[in-house]
Amino acid sequence: MLFFFPLLPIQQMQFMLLFSRQGKLRLQKWYVPLSDKEKKKITRELVQTVLARKPKMCSFLEWRDLKIVYKRYASLYFCCAIEDQDNELITLEIIHRYVELLDKYFGSVCELDIIFNFEKAYFILDEFLLGGEVQETSKKNVLKAIEQADLLQESQNEDWGGLSEDIL
Amino acid sequence: MPAPIRLRELIRTIRTARTQAEEREMIQKECAAIRSSFREEDNTYRCRNVAKLLYMHMLGYPAHFGQLECLKLIASQKFTDKRIGYLGAMLLLDERQDVHLLMTNCIKNDLNHSTQYVQGLALCTLGCMGSSEMCRDLAGEVEKLLKTSNSYLRKKAALCAVHVIRKVPELMEMFLPATKNLLNEKNHGVLHTSVVLLTEMCERSPDMLAHFRKNEKLVPQLVRILKNLIMSGYSPEHDVSGISDPFLQVRILRLLRILGRNDDDSSEAMNDILAQVATNTETSKNVGNAILYETVLTIMDIKSESGLRVLAINILGRFLLNNDKNIRYVALTSLLKTVQTDHNAVQRHRSTIVDCLKDLDVSIKRRAMELSFALVNGNNVRGMMKELLYFLDSCEPEFKADCASGIFLAAEKYAPSKRWHIDTIMRVLTTAGSYVRDDAVPNLIQLITNSVEMHAYTVQRLYKAILGDYSQQPLVQVASWCIGEYGDLLVSGQCEEEEPIQVTEDEVLDILESVLISNMSASVTRGYALTAIMKLSTRFTCTVNRIKKVVSIYGSSIDVELQQRAVEYNALFKKYDHMRPALLERMPVMEKVTTNGPAEIVQTNGETETAVLETKPPPSGLQPANQANDLLDLLGGSDITPVIPTAPPSKPASGGELLDLLGDLNLTGIPSITAYNKNGLKIEFTFERSNTNPSVTVITIQASNSTELDMTDFVFQAAVPKTFQLQLLSPSSSVIPAFNSGTITQVIKVLNPQKQQLRMRIKLTYNHKGSAMQDLAEVNNFPPQSWQ
Repeated sequence: MLFFFPLLPIQQMQFMLLFSRQGKLRLQKWYVPLSDKEKKKITRELVQTVLARKPKMCSFLEWRDLKIVYKRYASLYFCCAIEDQDNELITLEIIHRYVELLDKYFGSVCELDIIFNFEKAYFILDEFLLGGEVQETSKKNVLKAIEQADLLQESQNEDWGGLSEDIL
Repeated sequence: MPAPIRLRELIRTIRTARTQAEEREMIQKECAAIRSSFREEDNTYRCRNVAKLLYMHMLGYPAHFGQLECLKLIASQKFTDKRIGYLGAMLLLDERQDVHLLMTNCIKNDLNHSTQYVQGLALCTLGCMGSSEMCRDLAGEVEKLLKTSNSYLRKKAALCAVHVIRKVPELMEMFLPATKNLLNEKNHGVLHTSVVLLTEMCERSPDMLAHFRKNEKLVPQLVRILKNLIMSGYSPEHDVSGISDPFLQVRILRLLRILGRNDDDSSEAMNDILAQVATNTETSKNVGNAILYETVLTIMDIKSESGLRVLAINILGRFLLNNDKNIRYVALTSLLKTVQTDHNAVQRHRSTIVDCLKDLDVSIKRRAMELSFALVNGNNVRGMMKELLYFLDSCEPEFKADCASGIFLAAEKYAPSKRWHIDTIMRVLTTAGSYVRDDAVPNLIQLITNSVEMHAYTVQRLYKAILGDYSQQPLVQVASWCIGEYGDLLVSGQCEEEEPIQVTEDEVLDILESVLISNMSASVTRGYALTAIMKLSTRFTCTVNRIKKVVSIYGSSIDVELQQRAVEYNALFKKYDHMRPALLERMPVMEKVTTNGPAEIVQTNGETETAVLETKPPPSGLQPANQANDLLDLLGGSDITPVIPTAPPSKPASGGELLDLLGDLNLTGIPSITAYNKNGLKIEFTFERSNTNPSVTVITIQASNSTELDMTDFVFQAAVPKTFQLQLLSPSSSVIPAFNSGTITQVIKVLNPQKQQLRMRIKLTYNHKGSAMQDLAEVNNFPPQSWQ
């Protein structure tokens, strides 16, 4: 029977949000269970807070009892909520890596790519992070996995007769 | 039935909507179509419909009717279906929905699927949103996959296991065997996720932590891996700006932190590698600094040697000078954490930290402020306060309250002189007067009271401060109180510290009345002002009638608090005028209040509430205080000079025992004396010495009346020589019944730090047989045991 440290704070990423400069949500990945209502509230408030930040300010802010790490790439804000113990600087690197992956996949990614192919943005994210933690540190391997999965999807569609174009 | 509109087509259409209403209409139309499609159990296009639903969900529209459809997709054999189905599950379902448990079986099957990408989907979903029940059911499958040789699956299984452990900590043990050879992997993905898994286990369970330290010898393994990462040449796959796999490096450093914490051996084993990382890591880009940051955190948390700690703090010091504000931010955060333990090392960077007060970023400013306060000490207090006062002046409103409180605290602890202390307080009150916290007001009043030689200076400065502007409530409250107490010093122009100003009694009353009338004044502030005006009736000579008038006006104030005060003060003027001088006398030196804790306030009379801690000023019904200078005016003055407190205000010990009436008293027989015996009035003194403070003598007086008529309105007053302090507590009553049928008792506490011979002058006033009686006497027969 194991004895546990009491009340240990979980160190993990709680959620990642992508939103435009007008505050439109482009992607939401939640790693903690919350009701739809709570998610909406958090999203609304956080988006407002981040959009109010001036360009000269640093990429970190304290919000409720979380640390928010955000970075703007062109017209999109990438926003992560991490726990108090986490390393903010490496979180910036995580965000950057994700952007690089999107960029490689879509070929010079822009916001429209993510709007029209949001499900792919999720797939890529799910090959890079799992449960809020990095699962693969090699850019090449993440992209390879996505490529293979896409191929599998296409080949199956062909098998099922006549729907070789995008099933979606 | 035509094929449902494509996803991208729908997105395009919705984006053409020009208004919210138009968008809503489109959405509703599409939702209706999707619903009927679902009803028809269309297998072919189910994934398309769910995908569209997910898009609309992201726009904020309800999509719960798609939940079951997601389950159907997951159960399908097509990969596309599963992909969309699992995505939908992660977005639309969570553990609150009962429906989610239906997923369990599908996930179980998919965990055993022949295609690794399907297995991957299942692992991902479980690791992202699996509920405790699901985790319990599927932990065994995850454990199996943790042992597979397929690195693609192994890494996902490791993170899935992390999630399972977070949800169901008791299951941790079952993953232990599978962790045996995790670090022997070459694959960085597996290495990284394994380190995360090990970290989770070590953090949650001291048993696991001990096991991994001793049995598995985790530290040497991690050191080896880290070393390889640093020393190895360029690896294109894992390179980030010249650094090999920074993500893995950071996670290893964090795990080392946990292993080295409170453990000498482990700490020693990692000492070299930490030094190596700290000195060799490239710092030009964020990625290098991220590693350095993690290294610093580890060094500070384990039992590192002092050289290493200094190295770490110096890294933070360099961070402070970095152009990148993010780096400055983390530096300040870390320094804040270490300032207690490595105070001297952090002090070296004080000037850089103070410079950060001028940063544009709010988060950086806040940290710089907190850190600055932590660095204030007796040596640097003047310089630091200058910077912090300047900061208070120029900072955003959200900082002002905290900054003001911080300055008060630091000033209290390290003030080099009373004058400086008062000046600093004045500066804060005038700069940020409306942001000062409520509890600061009583603390400041007490501080001012105890700085006896600064009274004239303080009241003058406060008067000048509110003359121009009486809108800042805390400032006005403190100023009103001071003017009420020391108004006589103000008009008599007694200031030593600076050029005394010429103020007339009327001018003083003008400002107090303005405060009373002003719309900006809070109710509490008005209370202060009214009481101050009242007190001045005994300190001013020419304007008593004006004061009477003001007080009587407020007897019908709408504000109940003011009304009550005014009515009581009126009564003082009318019925109890003979008591008024005594009641409104100067406040004595108060007990030192610890600024954080509950107060041990000594008021001169026990009946009042602990007024200094509340925002209300001392209530009106003051019993004879004993500021001897006023008493001695009445007595006609002589060689007995006013009591000046000998103890500086920052020493709590001196008065502490004065409060304790019953405890620590030495009840050995000190002979009691008859202090006074005339006209049927006899006053006896009995003595007690405090065990804990040899300078304290407690005198209980008993007044008895041997005549055939009662003595009423009896008031006892006392004065002591210069080197003593005296406190008079409330009497048991004001009537001494006739025929010795009862007594009045009252307690006097005397502080005699210089152990001088106790002498006392007393003054008695009472009504007897229809006439007012008054007498003065000197008490010289104190037994030696009462003061030696």
